[in-house]
Amino acid sequence: MEVILIFTLALLLAWPLGHYMTGVFSAGPHWSDKVFMPLENGIFKLLGVKSTQGMNWKSYGIAFLLSNLVLGIIAYLILLFQHVLPLNPNGIEGLSWDLALHTAVSFLTNTNQQHYSGQAQLTYLSQGFLIVTLQFVTPAMALAVCVAVLRGILGGRNADDAGEGEERDLGNYYQDTVRAVLRVMLPLAAVVAVALSSQGVPASYSASPTVPVLEQGQSLTEQTIPLGPVSAMVAIKQLGTNGGGWFGPNSSNPQENPTPVSNAIQTIALVLVPMAVVFMAGGMVRRRGFTLLSLSVMGFLSLLFIALAVYSEQQPNAAFTGLAQQAGNMEGKEVRLGTDVSALWATFTTQTSNGSVNAMHDSLNPLAGLVTRSGMLINGIWGGIGCGFVNFLVYVWLAVFIAGLMIGRTPEFFGRKLEKREISWLGVLLVLPSAVILTFTAITVTFPSLTGNSNPGLHGISQVFYEYTSAFANNGSGFEGLGDNTPWWNLTCVVVLILGRYLPLVIPLLIAGSLAKKRRVPTTAGTLPLFNPTFAVTLVTVILVVNFLSFLPSMVLGPIGEALELSQQSAVLAGQ
Amino acid sequence: MSIIQPGFSQNPAESSANLRPALGLALVMLAICGGIYSAAVTGISGALFPQQANGSLISHNGKLVGSALVAQPFSAEHYFHGRPSSADNDPMATGGSNLAPSNPELRQRVAQTSAELTARYQVAATELPVDLLASSGSGVDPHISPAAAMLQLQRVAAARGMSPAQLEQLVQQHTELAQWGLFGQPRVNVLLLNLALDAQHPLS
Repeated sequence: MEVILIFTLALLLAWPLGHYMTGVFSAGPHWSDKVFMPLENGIFKLLGVKSTQGMNWKSYGIAFLLSNLVLGIIAYLILLFQHVLPLNPNGIEGLSWDLALHTAVSFLTNTNQQHYSGQAQLTYLSQGFLIVTLQFVTPAMALAVCVAVLRGILGGRNADDAGEGEERDLGNYYQDTVRAVLRVMLPLAAVVAVALSSQGVPASYSASPTVPVLEQGQSLTEQTIPLGPVSAMVAIKQLGTNGGGWFGPNSSNPQENPTPVSNAIQTIALVLVPMAVVFMAGGMVRRRGFTLLSLSVMGFLSLLFIALAVYSEQQPNAAFTGLAQQAGNMEGKEVRLGTDVSALWATFTTQTSNGSVNAMHDSLNPLAGLVTRSGMLINGIWGGIGCGFVNFLVYVWLAVFIAGLMIGRTPEFFGRKLEKREISWLGVLLVLPSAVILTFTAITVTFPSLTGNSNPGLHGISQVFYEYTSAFANNGSGFEGLGDNTPWWNLTCVVVLILGRYLPLVIPLLIAGSLAKKRRVPTTAGTLPLFNPTFAVTLVTVILVVNFLSFLPSMVLGPIGEALELSQQSAVLAGQ
Repeated sequence: MSIIQPGFSQNPAESSANLRPALGLALVMLAICGGIYSAAVTGISGALFPQQANGSLISHNGKLVGSALVAQPFSAEHYFHGRPSSADNDPMATGGSNLAPSNPELRQRVAQTSAELTARYQVAATELPVDLLASSGSGVDPHISPAAAMLQLQRVAAARGMSPAQLEQLVQQHTELAQWGLFGQPRVNVLLLNLALDAQHPLS
């Protein structure tokens, strides 16, 4: 059906794209050099960067953090002063300092969690200029870090000449970032944007026209039809695992996602680059088996979750029992899309750290609510561009360590030993999500005046848990009913966003840098083979068990409890 | 083969703790992505698809009557009605109800709509198409399901003095099937259908 068709199309397109990206980020000439080299060299001259100069993991990490800090400050200032800056034909006001800070950090961390409503609170400059830029640059930066980590796996670019313990060259951060934007994101986004406009997504700098409605004499007598350079932003919000839409209700809004075809294009765009990274990873480490392993593990979990979500939304909404036909849950969904592709989108968007929606997640049935949260907590099934694959790699390292313990051997990964230093840092990454998400959820739930819930009972806890999960996973989707534009929500989310973005990227970079320096041990009969079904099953188990142990109690208080409540309620209603 | 360049730096301070590339990257990217990309893509889209790029606005007798993508409120007997809206059909304030299935408020709202619809159309509640009771994600969903249009057929035909068969034909003309034969659900655009009604069978 439609769901399988879209999934297959995305995989088929990701394959050649991943191959192309391998070429772009590998040493040596590539055919795309002819097209992009002149422009890139001009940019490097302007930046004062010798693009051929390699960096070790520390330099790479510092450059990554510093460029983020500078970009973040610029973003904050533009948002704070948007009302006095140009391109504001609709006379929009400035943002409060805490909302501006949250918005800047949220887009800087590739999260795109929105505590404002797009079409009413941001100017064309803020949306069409600043946010679009962040939506290009932030996935490119994470992709750069991912590429550096992959280079570290084979011992860095100077693996052949450097001795044991010598610093390794993981590439040039600025070259990788600029290439990721120019050679990968920009061409894709241009094609997708024009295709979306052909379906009806606005692309215009004109002020929004006001039109009287056809049937007069009702409470609403006229409509202002919002316009703007919408398609340019929607294309990159999907492709860059960003998620922040032009309109408040994101791609459920018929102007942002007008037709079933635009929906298919956007769904494919959502997973395209994260899937392509999987193909690229195997190319970068020159092991097809690595791609096969990653693809089968991620593909299995992805399809499993999709099936559950599609089934969930085909079931009636419990609130409709006896009041309407027995049909799928259409609350918060659009007629042109229906339940299946809405469930597909909900699954993909939470697996990839995208966070855009084409249906309201607050109104999903509990099982789909469970699937969306699981996708975000795992955060490594496809995952956000760059960071998703890095997260996946962390799971691989963990599985290697655990499997090593089970068979009583020193764990090795690509011929390099995982030792105390690496394992300690893996431990930090392991407890970080539960420590951050659960602490903030607990504090907020303890003080009901802070929460701003739109729903009572267990779903109220779900809303808070979802918001912090989404912030930590740099996802950005939300249970939109939450009254989240308050200093408390804005500031706590800023902390969670920063922890959730930078530690899971920089720590693996450190581990990769540390592994790269080690002496290679020769492969023997005793080496744990990575590219076989046994290890794939181990990996799936590790992924599920780690998250199960961390988050089972909070899941029981949230969606699982809700499901039990609802089935009881339905039984009572059916008995009436 | 070695691609290590002579300049490979062992010292982080030397190569990266430098503001110029960081600031330069931000400014260059603002110019390219925010400026050139946005303007180019918006310009090309506007030139290739002027109607779609400018909000899919509909003109009727030379004046604007709305957008084909944005639902309008209808409550009169002689019009087809759209889906419940949590945003009062205001395209500047779009959004869904955000009510969870477990929320008593949702149950209450649906029960009220269900009672209204069963009284108006004289059918059992279990025959009501779900989309007429569930509010959309955007609050401006321009479509209803064909079943929801069929439910309203008798009422609109009576108010317009048309035969139901004649009206059914018009509804069928306005029923969109899966796009390209592959994507999406069958649906009826309420505003376009009502405009066609006004054009072909004006109220006397």
